[in-house]
Amino acid sequence: MSEKTEKTEQRRLSVFKTYKLYVGGKFPRSESGRVYEVTDSKGEWLANAPLSSRKDARDAVVAARKAFGGWSGATAYNRGQILYRVAEMLEGRKDQFVREVADAEGLSKSKAAVQVDAAIDRWVWYAGWTDKIAQVVGGGNPVAGPFFNLSTPEPTGVVVVLAPQKSSFLGLVSVVAPVIATGNTVIVIASEKSPLPALSLGEVLATSDLPGGVVNVLSGKTAEIATPLAAHQDVNAIDLAGADDVLAKELEIAAADNLKRVVRPQAVDNADYFANPGIERLTAFLETKTVWHPTGALGASGSSY
Amino acid sequence: MPTTANAAHALGDVTASDSTLRRFLHGLPGVDTVGLEARAASLGTRSIKTTAKAYAIDLAISMVDLTTLEGADTPGKVRALGAKAVRPDPTDRTTPTTAAVCVYPDMVAVAKEAVAGSGVKVASVATAFPAGRAALGVKLADVRDAVAAGADEIDMVIDRGAFLAGNYMKVYDEIIAVKEASGAARLKVIFETGELSTYDNIRRASWLGMLAGADFIKTSTGKVAVNATPANTLLMLEAVRDFRAQTGVQVGVKPAGGIRTTKDAIKFLVLVNETAGEDWLDNHWFRFGASSLLNDLLMQRQKLATGRYSGPDYVTVD
Repeated sequence: MSEKTEKTEQRRLSVFKTYKLYVGGKFPRSESGRVYEVTDSKGEWLANAPLSSRKDARDAVVAARKAFGGWSGATAYNRGQILYRVAEMLEGRKDQFVREVADAEGLSKSKAAVQVDAAIDRWVWYAGWTDKIAQVVGGGNPVAGPFFNLSTPEPTGVVVVLAPQKSSFLGLVSVVAPVIATGNTVIVIASEKSPLPALSLGEVLATSDLPGGVVNVLSGKTAEIATPLAAHQDVNAIDLAGADDVLAKELEIAAADNLKRVVRPQAVDNADYFANPGIERLTAFLETKTVWHPTGALGASGSSY
Repeated sequence: MPTTANAAHALGDVTASDSTLRRFLHGLPGVDTVGLEARAASLGTRSIKTTAKAYAIDLAISMVDLTTLEGADTPGKVRALGAKAVRPDPTDRTTPTTAAVCVYPDMVAVAKEAVAGSGVKVASVATAFPAGRAALGVKLADVRDAVAAGADEIDMVIDRGAFLAGNYMKVYDEIIAVKEASGAARLKVIFETGELSTYDNIRRASWLGMLAGADFIKTSTGKVAVNATPANTLLMLEAVRDFRAQTGVQVGVKPAGGIRTTKDAIKFLVLVNETAGEDWLDNHWFRFGASSLLNDLLMQRQKLATGRYSGPDYVTVD
């Protein structure tokens, strides 16, 4: 019996995974049909990843815009629950991410596990912020007049994020989670060399109640995808975390056309993603809405409104 | 240009009686469903790029019947639509005007005023659109009303109930009566292909409409689940091509409903060019019944002009 099992195992062919994009809640191949080879840190072939074209980028913007109304309109509490659910799903697939991160970054299993644990914890941390950020950056303003003056943060809109090139998973989570926590929708361009953890994250997001289109993952040449996105008139902001100096400058120029909000963090790939991230990345993609509400003596009806 | 009188002459005996009409319509060759859909799909794979795309986009814009057919239409909305038809993209004055605006009969006067002097036509749906379930007298009054208000084109619906019951002569007579009531206005005959069930029926309806003197045959009202598809439009294009070959009379085609993207519109233009031919690549002979399509065409046009993708913030919200 055991002999027989052994024989079957020997004969079993390995099942290769087809990594695909994650756009609008679906897993399309690149519209261009292109793929490129992804290797581990030693140059050994790992898998083929889709090589996205600018049309994939355009489709992702359409999907993100479509999802924006529902996601930004969801209650902060609900968004928090969904993000927590993402962390739960990540926890369940931890082994896979440990393996992918170890391959991508040339880490030992235990060091990769530390990265993945930190990423999951970070996701939980941002999940907690969804319904608290408004208290921190919003509030009542004391104005000199008979007005009740109130400021509330609102999401910026469709945000393009260039994920960090080296930290393929912890860095990715650290730039994506804060953007969607506040109600933005995001198009993330995965690390060019190590896109596999990002593409696998798409599979997790698809099974965690996160509405399709809130997060869209593209893989390929960062410059090729980012350039049309930076110039895209329907993108509201761009985070240049994964761009080198030359590319960042080019993208900033392209983004100026429609006055996109541009976040250009300094010395990105040396960023310590283990450090307490603070709320800078949450507030980077928030707009402040201020409402002036007249107040005064109560009228005969008993209400001044 | 030959008139419809010639058509009646060439195929005059066909409409002599109910039985001859039925024999003729049922004698039309059956439609090869698989072949039709495969042909429509394969023509949809043509790659139209750069200058050809720019030409196709401008042509498509000039073929749009910009439509609003809602219970909630207000004079303000119709005026806004008229302004958009006259100048689709105010930031680029080289953008062509649309072919027409398409409204309900009671809004014709408002629409007429909004597009006055621009060359944009006013089309009005009539004959108890979209169901067409009213007495003939009511339908004709509806048509006369629209024409009196200044409609240049009338979009009528056929009596699908009578057609499906096999009462072809009734449908035929009704189109004749509406044609007469329309006077100088061009008549578009809507078959509501989504309710005709089979491709054979669409072919029969096309011939029936053309025999009765339709200036345009139109797929659908946009009010049912299945609207214009490449396959049913291809079928109708074949019908107008064959009709001209037999009678010398050219009839226009208007797919309506469900065409929302530039890509879709260009696929239809390919169908026109490859089936009916270049003679139909003109807004006198081919139209798109659409509302949201125009915005996508404008965004694509801006993309070609500037090299960067445009967004819905740069076109009007209708």
